[in-house]
Amino acid sequence: MNFLPLWRYQNQLIDGAIVTLELTVIAALAGLLIGVAGAVALNGRITPLRWLVRGYIELFRNTPSLIQIFIVFFVLPNFGLKLPAFEAAAVALSLYFGAYSVEIIRAGLDSVPKNQIEAGQCLGLSGWQVFRHILLPPALRNAYPAVTSQFVLLLLGTSLASQVAADELFHVAGFIESRTYRSFEVYAVICVVYFTMAMSFKALFAIIGLAAFRWPRRR
Amino acid sequence: MRSFTLIDFVSLFAALRWTVALVVLALAFGAPLALAFATGRISRFAGLRWTMAACIQIVQSVPLLGLLFFFYFGMPMFLGIQVPALVAVTVAYTLYTAAFLGEIWRGGLEAVKQAQWEAGSCLGLSAWQQFRHIIAAQALRLSLPPTVGFLVQLIKGTSLASILGFVELARAGQVVSAATFQPLLTYALVAAIYFALCLPLTLWSRSLEARLDGSR
Repeated sequence: MNFLPLWRYQNQLIDGAIVTLELTVIAALAGLLIGVAGAVALNGRITPLRWLVRGYIELFRNTPSLIQIFIVFFVLPNFGLKLPAFEAAAVALSLYFGAYSVEIIRAGLDSVPKNQIEAGQCLGLSGWQVFRHILLPPALRNAYPAVTSQFVLLLLGTSLASQVAADELFHVAGFIESRTYRSFEVYAVICVVYFTMAMSFKALFAIIGLAAFRWPRRR
Repeated sequence: MRSFTLIDFVSLFAALRWTVALVVLALAFGAPLALAFATGRISRFAGLRWTMAACIQIVQSVPLLGLLFFFYFGMPMFLGIQVPALVAVTVAYTLYTAAFLGEIWRGGLEAVKQAQWEAGSCLGLSAWQQFRHIIAAQALRLSLPPTVGFLVQLIKGTSLASILGFVELARAGQVVSAATFQPLLTYALVAAIYFALCLPLTLWSRSLEARLDGSR
């Protein structure tokens, strides 16, 4: 075992980690938007739209993320839409994260008992006030743990983007391996970097959760 | 370049063998380890609890792809001998399964109220009898839906073994796609096969969740 040859590639590692973070944040934000829109559609009254969202969720939750990335990268060019690796991975991961987000956000909204909303309406609160003061706080608190753990899984899942040569952390690992022939050392270091990033996010989310919700709150 | 033929179709299904084999191996070795993790995490000994928690945190904070590469290149180093890739991959999937199933099962065990243990000891049952007849019986009911849900994650996760050269479903898809230049048809088929494997499990998990409602 010899980790010294890896030392001179620290800049590439940092660049790769930044690309990984970019990919994660982009996919998370886009996925959450999809999640909110999907949850609204699922609670809505338009039946075909509900079916469409259901189909989307089941399709993306029951097929591997890797295949989804391949489909966006290799199949869309057939339809005249050729995306570079990073963009293709971002699109695929957003849709993947979105499918999980819809369910998480819907479950968060459903966790608020109906009679509380009715109580708010009885007090003469407007639709927005009911949403803002009665529905949103408990829904956010209940959805928060699931969203954050899904975010960490997304961070780890961005490693799959390396398979279409998006230059994120795992792809950088392959590059360094091809230069140094230190396969084990490279992937050991990469694992430590992912571990550090994942743990930092877990700690950050725990602190935010404690501050925002004094969570876990006993009911 | 050649057209997509029946043989390509068959080769995708033939590759399912490896997908299934990897799932079976992961469960065969991972499930007992998961049970050890789960019981270790609720043990009376703080040292054991912390060690188990640390192991689970490490495995859950590293990408599955990272685990696979770590052991693929690491096994020969740890053991000093060349081992078949299958051994390395099995170790990686075993740890992955153990960490995630372990946490699911711990959740189930902890959801059973403390008073249930006490009730058991009041009846004069030994610690093992309390665990076996009172706690585990109830925990099983609570853990079954998420356990089935994890199976879906595991099946999807076996697609990563393709990167280490296992000709399972995802790899067969790549091979066929490269040979026929028909990525649309090929990957749609591959996705459809995964979907047909996973959807029944997802639906089963959901119906179990409704039927074995923990609040009852």
